[in-house]
Amino acid sequence: MKDFNYHSAKDSKEASKLASSSSAFLAGGMTTIPSMKLGLATYKDLIDIKNIKKLSGIKVSGKSVTIGAATKHVEVSNSKDVKKAIPSLSSLAEGIGDPQVRNRGTIGGSIANNDPSADYPSACIALNAIIHTNERKIEANKFFKGMFETALKKGELIEAIEFQIPEKSSYQKHPNPASRYAIVGVYVAKHKGDVNVAVTGAKSCVYNDKEMSKALSGNFSSSSIDGMDLDSSEMNSDMHASADFRASLVVTQAKKAVDAC
Amino acid sequence: MASLVGSRVERKEDKRFLTGKGRYTADINLANQTYAIFVRSPHARASIKKLNIDKALKSSGVVSILTGKEIADDKIGGLIAGWAIRSEDGTEMKCPGNPPLAKDNVNFVGDPVAVVIAESLVEAKEAAEKVEVDYKVLKAVTSTADAMNGDTIHEGIDKNLCFDWLLGDRQKVKDAFDKADKVISIDIINNRLIPNAMEPRACVADYNAASEEITLYTTSQNPHLSRLIMSAFGNVAPEHKLRVVAPDVGGGFGSKINVYNEDIVCSWAAKKINRAIKWVAERSESFLTDIHGRDHVTHAELAVTKDGKFLGFKNETIANLGAYARVFGTVTPTYLFGPCATGVYEIPAAYTNVKAVYTNTAPVDAYRGAGRPEATYTIERLVEKASMELGIDKTELRIKNFPTAFPFKQTLVHTVDSGDYVAGMEKAKQMADYKGFEARRKESEAKGKLRGIGVTSYFEACGIAPSAAVMSLGCGVGLWESAEVRFNPTGQVTVYTGSHSHGQSHQTTFAQIAADELGVPIENIDIVHGDTDKGTFGMGTYGSRSLAVGGIAIVNACKKIVEKGKRVTAKMLEANPEDVEFKDGEFIVSKSNKKKTIGEVAFACYLPGVRDEMKSPLPEGDEPGLKETSFYDPSNFSFPAGTHIAEVEIDPETGHVKLEKYTACDDFGRIINPMVVEGQVHGGLAQGIGQALYENAEYDETGQLMTGSYMDYTMPRADNFPEFNIGYTCTHATTNPLGVKGCGEAGAIAAPPTVMNAVIDALGGQEVTMPATAEKVWKACKNLKKSNAKAA
Repeated sequence: MKDFNYHSAKDSKEASKLASSSSAFLAGGMTTIPSMKLGLATYKDLIDIKNIKKLSGIKVSGKSVTIGAATKHVEVSNSKDVKKAIPSLSSLAEGIGDPQVRNRGTIGGSIANNDPSADYPSACIALNAIIHTNERKIEANKFFKGMFETALKKGELIEAIEFQIPEKSSYQKHPNPASRYAIVGVYVAKHKGDVNVAVTGAKSCVYNDKEMSKALSGNFSSSSIDGMDLDSSEMNSDMHASADFRASLVVTQAKKAVDAC
Repeated sequence: MASLVGSRVERKEDKRFLTGKGRYTADINLANQTYAIFVRSPHARASIKKLNIDKALKSSGVVSILTGKEIADDKIGGLIAGWAIRSEDGTEMKCPGNPPLAKDNVNFVGDPVAVVIAESLVEAKEAAEKVEVDYKVLKAVTSTADAMNGDTIHEGIDKNLCFDWLLGDRQKVKDAFDKADKVISIDIINNRLIPNAMEPRACVADYNAASEEITLYTTSQNPHLSRLIMSAFGNVAPEHKLRVVAPDVGGGFGSKINVYNEDIVCSWAAKKINRAIKWVAERSESFLTDIHGRDHVTHAELAVTKDGKFLGFKNETIANLGAYARVFGTVTPTYLFGPCATGVYEIPAAYTNVKAVYTNTAPVDAYRGAGRPEATYTIERLVEKASMELGIDKTELRIKNFPTAFPFKQTLVHTVDSGDYVAGMEKAKQMADYKGFEARRKESEAKGKLRGIGVTSYFEACGIAPSAAVMSLGCGVGLWESAEVRFNPTGQVTVYTGSHSHGQSHQTTFAQIAADELGVPIENIDIVHGDTDKGTFGMGTYGSRSLAVGGIAIVNACKKIVEKGKRVTAKMLEANPEDVEFKDGEFIVSKSNKKKTIGEVAFACYLPGVRDEMKSPLPEGDEPGLKETSFYDPSNFSFPAGTHIAEVEIDPETGHVKLEKYTACDDFGRIINPMVVEGQVHGGLAQGIGQALYENAEYDETGQLMTGSYMDYTMPRADNFPEFNIGYTCTHATTNPLGVKGCGEAGAIAAPPTVMNAVIDALGGQEVTMPATAEKVWKACKNLKKSNAKAA
């Protein structure tokens, strides 16, 4: 790892001020640090944001659950409030990585990184999340732009994620046996009026599967998507799963999720 | 005094391991030490056109940069194959040179070309990035099956063929096949694995200019053997000027048998720069450069009668050696494989033919089980297939072909001294509730799941030793083991063993043995290993040999102590040595109340005089001191055996295989410490099940390792396993005084075919290669659905 300057910001304003084209925000460091160790990323400055009090914590209102960006996965999975309001979100957090990762990794870090096989982006899409940054509010379906790409501008810092509480929801993942990242993860959420079927791992970026959403909005039963033959042409293919297998898994996991709702 | 052998004595080593006080090679830091980083080939096959270190030399903190040229100029030798194999046509095997730093050609990704030595690790890394190597990239050979058709990797080695070896009689086999009612044939791949010891390899080399002595701390399973190779073949230093210390070592599984490039380079370079050098592998270096295991492509056939009697067996295997032949690289796919190819069965005619090929991949060598898992996988897959094709119950078919009497002279090489395979099978069936399977299958079916059951009966030849035997088969050394038992004057005992513990609990089990033999409390016994300056020469630990060979050396040395003790007691108590008996630490003159404790005898041996009298308690001809050595060379291998049964449930929609039940019923002969044996069985099973369901080392066609990290190489985790159901039968080995057999590799040998037989049973007999990943199984389930639909 190359030398870098470490800064611990006391608030978002300071963090934003320290940001430059050769800096990165550091929360749990679950991706940033390994990337730097492997020489895949180099930064002149690392701006630690996990000491910013305002960025941590969970608030539940009647309609939504708002989670501070620097809140750790373990805090989300252990939160009684989250368990009560959106149980699927707490179980998603419980299934991320391993205990070491859950004890350090943060929700904001996961979303800002937008790894195509990360779990949290699917929750954002399924639960109509609003991403609060130090500059603006961004709807989840406009936030995730592509592989490791988001709507965030340089120096823009996620402060909190506000999830809409659904009527019913479930997240089902077929994990990569080695990394335990999602080969395919499907987050189904039934809101008043419509159903979201957010898919992670299958393509270069998380997406809402319109075909299944439509079918399930009409009839919220796994039979309405059973045997659905999804187009696999844009799906990822690697040594762990071909595009065809992923396409099949998307339907299987969606069915499981509906059944678990 | 109650016997300690056979009881669950708590591990003496756990105090330091569980409190973080273990002392591993990476924990060793020497005054004024430097840090080494190896510059490695990013290409699988290339020639080195130019290597420029000028920029790197100017980098901050650099002490020295050494390349293949310097090491060749200093006539430092390369890495070697320890076992000479002869081809069927009588020609000797063909091995390329394997210099510790490549000078002209690189042959796998990770092959080192230079070492950068600097004041700090960071500076060494930065400088290493500045070493400029101009490679001419050549077409790589990576496929085991096609290696003989690829470009010639090593000049003069046609078809990339190291040897074409035969064990057995082709004509007899042909005759047997001519008489067969049916021939069962199978094509299988034994997937390539990466050992993944928890502790990555490391070494710290030091040079003392005054004594001209090199000390190498290294992660080795066999420090004496390492010293011998580095001295005799590496020309690093004469043996008396080279001390090799293998302190606490965090797992080996065979991957730490070899002397590696880094051991030789750091030892040589430490002398050159007259400073200590430390090197610790990063995990990615372990993936690339530790020896890999398995990697066979096999076609096998079994000739049977219609009522299920086995008549003949043939096995045609291509074994991948990787880029170079290393210490056990050539014996693993031959004498550790071929003799076990016929499994636990009476098969009157058999042969095994192995073509060992070079490829542009990491060297392949002994990994837990070494040759025997490959052999067992082949025969047990074949027998399972025979059971399906003949319509004979899989356990009945096996029993029908088990030997009925012991010693059992096998068709190929071994004479198995002891065993009771039927008893093992019956007990395993009971433990696994074999009878109840059909009901469980129906329950799974009702849930939309596929359930399968798989059986394996195995034996293995371990306790690798008999020197005359192994040397007649081409081994470069005798594989005896040594022990030295030393009493202190005040009665405590230090046992020096040539075996090495890197997870095997020798400090406990060897102390249990010595405590029983000598009647000394276990807390007064220390086991010392892993330092060429301390112990007598030893051959180290691999092939489940520590107890059956090293343990017996301890027993024999203890017996010599007792013999001397009897003579000394007789002299002290004015009796005949023949009248002295030894029991529970006391020498007793029979039919009298006269006795001496072993502590008193030890004291007398070290202080052989009496105040005011010119008198010695020592008999004439006996020297003072109480210390005995044994070099034990057994008369045969030891042959553990057993039956394992697995049950899996498959989700046809996702292809997910859930291992529901795993039963292991093993015969390890006498068990010294059941808790330690359970640990060994669990570990072996984890690795064996890992091979069947998860692990796979995969290279792409350019020779890049695709599974070079834990993101892609699936190491099994605790939640992948059910609670293991473990039991034993026991027949004592007749070839050693303790009646013990090996236990360290059994799980890794038996589990792959057991699990795969269950998976393939669930899939209605459809072949799936290891590892049975979700996608492969999902595809098979789709085929099954189609063929079932057709049948309906």
